[in-house]
Amino acid sequence: MSELHAETVPFVRGTMLPQASPPAAERGLYRWLRTNLFSGPLNTVLTIVALFVLWWLFQHFYPWIRHSVWNASSMAECRAIFAERWGEGAAGGCFGVIRERWNQFLFGFYPPSEYWRPTSAFCLLFLALAPVLFTESRQMRWIVVAVASVGAFALSMLSGAPAPELVCIAVGVVVWIAVIEYAPRAALVLTLVFPFLAVWLLWGGSIWGPATILGGAVIGVVVWRLLARFGILAVVGGLAAAALWWWFLSGDAAADLQRMLPLSLPRMESRSFGGFLLAITIGVAAITMSLPLGVILALARQSDLPIVKAFAVIFIEFIRGVPLITLLFVASLLLNYFLPPGTNFDIILRVIIMVTLFASAYMAEVIRGGLASLPRGQYEAAGALGLNYWKMQRLIILPQALKVSIPGIVGTFIGVFKDTTLVTFVGLFDPLKQLADTIRATFEWKGAYWEPYIFSGFIFFILCFGMSRYSMHLEQRLKRDHR
Amino acid sequence: MTYTQADTGAPARIDAGRSAMTVGDEVAIDIVRMNKWYGTFHVLRDIDLTVRRGERIVIAGPSGSGKSTLIRCINRLEEHQSGRIVVDGVELTHDLKNIDKVRSEVGMVFQHFNLFPHLTVLENCTLAPIWVRRLPRRQAEEIAMRYLEKVRIPEQANKYPGQLSGGQQQRVAIARSLCMEPRIMLFDEPTSALDPEMIKEVLDTMIELAQDGMTMICVTHEMGFAQAVANRVIFMDQGQIVEQNSPREFFNNPQSERTKLFLSQILGH
Repeated sequence: MSELHAETVPFVRGTMLPQASPPAAERGLYRWLRTNLFSGPLNTVLTIVALFVLWWLFQHFYPWIRHSVWNASSMAECRAIFAERWGEGAAGGCFGVIRERWNQFLFGFYPPSEYWRPTSAFCLLFLALAPVLFTESRQMRWIVVAVASVGAFALSMLSGAPAPELVCIAVGVVVWIAVIEYAPRAALVLTLVFPFLAVWLLWGGSIWGPATILGGAVIGVVVWRLLARFGILAVVGGLAAAALWWWFLSGDAAADLQRMLPLSLPRMESRSFGGFLLAITIGVAAITMSLPLGVILALARQSDLPIVKAFAVIFIEFIRGVPLITLLFVASLLLNYFLPPGTNFDIILRVIIMVTLFASAYMAEVIRGGLASLPRGQYEAAGALGLNYWKMQRLIILPQALKVSIPGIVGTFIGVFKDTTLVTFVGLFDPLKQLADTIRATFEWKGAYWEPYIFSGFIFFILCFGMSRYSMHLEQRLKRDHR
Repeated sequence: MTYTQADTGAPARIDAGRSAMTVGDEVAIDIVRMNKWYGTFHVLRDIDLTVRRGERIVIAGPSGSGKSTLIRCINRLEEHQSGRIVVDGVELTHDLKNIDKVRSEVGMVFQHFNLFPHLTVLENCTLAPIWVRRLPRRQAEEIAMRYLEKVRIPEQANKYPGQLSGGQQQRVAIARSLCMEPRIMLFDEPTSALDPEMIKEVLDTMIELAQDGMTMICVTHEMGFAQAVANRVIFMDQGQIVEQNSPREFFNNPQSERTKLFLSQILGH
């Protein structure tokens, strides 16, 4: 055809060509290697260099890992084993420190007899999260619920929970599962109740303390609902009712209820919290509170109301302009000067507040990015249909803006979680520095340098990687553009 | 130079093919000496316009002449700075209640459809009836299916907007507005973003709507549509109404030089 100048010859195709498979060189492993590793001289060189670097790293670290010892009760014992097995001067990982002290890395100085409390609280956290995180995928929801339920019971039993408490956990978990299955909306209420349960499990004391505080929130919501037709007044009324209850009545109510029906766990001091118990407590609290706060701040910053907008801008810029450590110092030292003398304001609570404020400022900016990415037409279409501001935000704008912001939001979550290790600077026992130093300060484990870092790093990695995978799952699930 | 209803007697002129489209005496929209500025730029100048129930008005004009801004003022997507706009007896002021009331009675179709991409076609259509009209979901879905059938895409109800063609999306947008059962429909260049093949399906839908007696104001460059269904054509330039007349007079016997130039440019090629 080419000699005949195809374009000058009239042509009608008689039969259509069937699908053919690509040539051998364009398939399988060969193609993958060629396109990904050896696509040109530069890439070939880079591939070879990378292989060398990997080999070098492997050679460097592998002996240390191969020599590692788990069955040892001190560094000296480890060194003796290294010398005996691998010759004088051989080095290796002395993971005996993890075997001996893993409980301190996880729980700090929380008394071992009470380990079942943080353990079950951690497992129940996933029961609370499952209905929120996996709304559509029933299968995933059940996997999480099942693992968390079995975990809550089995781990509590292993860590020596007393029998009556074990029965309570078992019954509670079964009821909770039934609620998730048969009354999904009520399950969301349980999710909201969970923080109060967790506070009680972790810090102990009378159950009526957290319960009456929860009661204040319920009173606030009821008042708000009753006044709903008065618009903004309803919100103010609800807040005022809740505040009055908390300020004047909840303490007495809790004391009276405790007299009538004593239900309490041994009280734990915040100073006994440490390790991942501390990191997860602060991290989960700051993460869950910073998201709604961030949404509100982002909306406030986009608001047409000048005072609201100015407040949001000043707050965000101030908090972002200050290092987290400064805020933590404010929490631990300065607040005491400003609060009335004699007020005992729990150190972990203070830290949680500061970390939350810090995270919410970043969150607000991430979400503002999502809001800015929406075309104006979405606001106009929603407005033209008669949706008011809050309905528009809730139904049209935020679902899309939050979806766009998922990578940024989860990135902030992960950052906040890792930043919780900074509480070391206000004397709390974070898993990475303060706690590891404390363990190293003992005679047996003097010189255990890398092993605690590897262990803590491993746990941080699992938790952060889990969040990251979940965010990818969520992005996939919410994908709607079908391109 | 503004023509009013009395000058032209426009409502009286109804062609044989449009006999079903009657125009009542009731005033649907009344705009009196309305002005709007963007900063210091005077976009709309002394607009006077009265629309009766059942009228189909086409607004034409060069780009930047303020025609989109005018219809966006009618449901307060844009705010006017002086004059009065009264829609169905409700005056548009800063009062949010009035704005909500007007918006729930006035449907709007946009150039770029503005469907909600995170919701299915059906959810797009039931959203406002459920959340603004407070209809039960079942009833809202029945209404939505009725209007999706009317725009001839009931089979797409469970797809997402991103899966539809431009013409289909625009028809969904029309159905979405109709689900609020508005008494007035505003169209802001509904076919300008569409491929030529899809323009017809959207125009057919709009013509059907006109035949049902809907009060419509349509900013468009589709002069064929104007000739087929409009009972008044308004020509705007530089933020002012330059000429308005029945389609036949407007196209065959334009009065102002500006109109003649515009028509020669868009009909000439």
